[in-house]
Amino acid sequence: MTTVALKPATMAQALTRALRDAMAADPSVHVLGEDVGTLGGVFRVTDGLAKEFGEDRCTDTPLAEAGILGTAVGMAMYGLRPVVEMQFDAFAYPAFEQLISHVARMRNRTRGRMPLPITVRVPYGGGIGGVEHHSDSSEAYYIATPGLHVVTPATVADAYGLLRDAIASDDPVVFLEPKRLYWSKDTWNPEDPQTVDPIGRAVVRRPGRSATLITYGPSVPVCLEAAEAARAEGWDLEVVDLRSLVPFDDETVAASVRRTGRAVVVHESGSFGGPGGEIAARVTERCFHHLEAPVLRVAGFDIPYPPPMLERHHLPGVDRILDAVARLQWEAGN
Amino acid sequence: MTVMEQRGAYRPTPPPAWQPRTDPAPLLPDAEPRRVLGTEAAAQTDPELLRRLYAQVVLGRRYNAQATALTKQGRLAVYPSSTGQEACEVAAALVLEERDWLFPSYRDTLAVVARGVDPVEALTLLRGDWHTGYDPYEHRVAPLCTPLATQLPHAVGLAHAARLKGDDVVALAMVGDGGTSEGDFHEALNFAAVWQAPVVFFVQNNGFAISVPLAKQTAAPSLAHKAVGYGMPGRLVDGNDAAAVHEVLSEAVRRAREGGGPTLVEAVTYRIEAHTNADDATRYRGESEVETWREHDPILLLERELTARGLLDEQAKEAAREAAETMAADLRARMNQDPALDPADLFAHVYAEETPHLREQRALLRAELDAEAEPEGGHR
Repeated sequence: MTTVALKPATMAQALTRALRDAMAADPSVHVLGEDVGTLGGVFRVTDGLAKEFGEDRCTDTPLAEAGILGTAVGMAMYGLRPVVEMQFDAFAYPAFEQLISHVARMRNRTRGRMPLPITVRVPYGGGIGGVEHHSDSSEAYYIATPGLHVVTPATVADAYGLLRDAIASDDPVVFLEPKRLYWSKDTWNPEDPQTVDPIGRAVVRRPGRSATLITYGPSVPVCLEAAEAARAEGWDLEVVDLRSLVPFDDETVAASVRRTGRAVVVHESGSFGGPGGEIAARVTERCFHHLEAPVLRVAGFDIPYPPPMLERHHLPGVDRILDAVARLQWEAGN
Repeated sequence: MTVMEQRGAYRPTPPPAWQPRTDPAPLLPDAEPRRVLGTEAAAQTDPELLRRLYAQVVLGRRYNAQATALTKQGRLAVYPSSTGQEACEVAAALVLEERDWLFPSYRDTLAVVARGVDPVEALTLLRGDWHTGYDPYEHRVAPLCTPLATQLPHAVGLAHAARLKGDDVVALAMVGDGGTSEGDFHEALNFAAVWQAPVVFFVQNNGFAISVPLAKQTAAPSLAHKAVGYGMPGRLVDGNDAAAVHEVLSEAVRRAREGGGPTLVEAVTYRIEAHTNADDATRYRGESEVETWREHDPILLLERELTARGLLDEQAKEAAREAAETMAADLRARMNQDPALDPADLFAHVYAEETPHLREQRALLRAELDAEAEPEGGHR
């Protein structure tokens, strides 16, 4: 076994490193967005890139999300690999027409002649005390759009690996960055960062026997915490981190649920029309005879994202997950 | 002490002197659209160019007529005709070098064809067998764009990327009067001006956005005036005067290529036909208005000029007509053939590599097709 110097690093640092390495490895990689240059991004994820690679490679754009993504389309048409930053989840909405009408379907419209290798970085989700329009979990909109890959890291190593893969992908990737994990630390080897599992593969973060928590992004650490807490109740929970919502790894998810016989899907976005419904349906179709209880969902409420002083009541926390786990003690007729 | 006395005692520091970033005067369009045909300026135009424009405009008129006829025969789902606007369509294609890019909207099939794209491939979207029939890289023509003005930022990004790579490539993006109200129009012009991208924005103001007249579309003095707010020159041109459109667009392309940045060109023209064959134009405009514009027809303007200068005789007219008929006959014959469609193509170009759930859905479709192919009374 090789020994590497593992040091604590934050997810934001890993993302910066991924951008830097991608730009160094491939001169066609360009970063653009509001504040990404001189300021280094409001979350400092693009810190130092303009200085190292010049303002033509890391460009402060006018403040206009449709323009940022729309010009990125043209840049990709001419052979560049743009990585655009949307600054905050709800700020990406003006760019939706470009994303849905062009980015997602240019390959399809042109019978594969004009693929668009664009990475759209969207800091998303709550838990940082942001005011209105700074905490949306908008993944349901993205996964409902054919032609896009949708990925979201939960660990420092994945932040690096998935972002490198996203930038290298010949398809457009919506890269959802869980804001509240930006400063989460993990042991990681910044001297020799490796890409880990590829886009499209889910990972078992914690093996268990009695039920599966299926989750992604900001809810992964919450589920791991819930799994630890559940041990006191005699539950040995498995935690599956999806990492990629599109493509979806049915195989890993179904294999886990077949082992455990019970499943809870956990995410921050609302439950009605949210990813949890799709995941529950897919699990039910594949594992019906293995299921001891209905697949449950623990999600954000179906409300506009609440003001920061109330968001803790909205976000799925350990207690709400444990309550759902208790309901998996299903008896027909209950 | 009253409030007024207090104010009198207070001596504010004057704000720093304000300076406009750009002198707006050189950016302003002329009061009248630029005209060449029938004026003294026409003497400066290359006779060969006039002949070429004439042949292309005649061809374009016939193409529009043929495509419209194909909708009546059910061969095209829809056709947004550019009859009356052929001068704009042809000039837009002719001013570009091979390495340049054209970004057309859905009404600009003619410009796409004039750029060299196979007429049948240019109609694929409107026939309905695929969204884009041609390879955008073959003639450097972006796919016909149906959402309004969303192709304009693409043109800016492409031109910007080309300049970053050191290529002297120009992008010319076409949009209608209605499209200038869209947010993407604004964002594209703003980005282009800030980046000094080599782009020409070409607005064909044909009077109506489907049924809404220009007066209800904008309160601006002209659409060309909008350029000033972004810091780029605005130019007004008679859109039915092929020589004038060619001249104004050429100048804008040259400026862009030499690093002078973007230009907004507004061509004042008129859509003689309805918005598409599905539209009833009599609900929003009178026949007398259309008649006025018929008298200002782009073909007539060229014919008068060429004839007056002895550059066009009956024989040359007949040759242009014949070339147009040959093109139309070929288009008709090829469009009357049913396209060969492979249903498996539905899944072929969604992602570089098919995702697992698309593989499942492809298998489902395959099973459905196999069941359809089974003989009557076969096992289901």
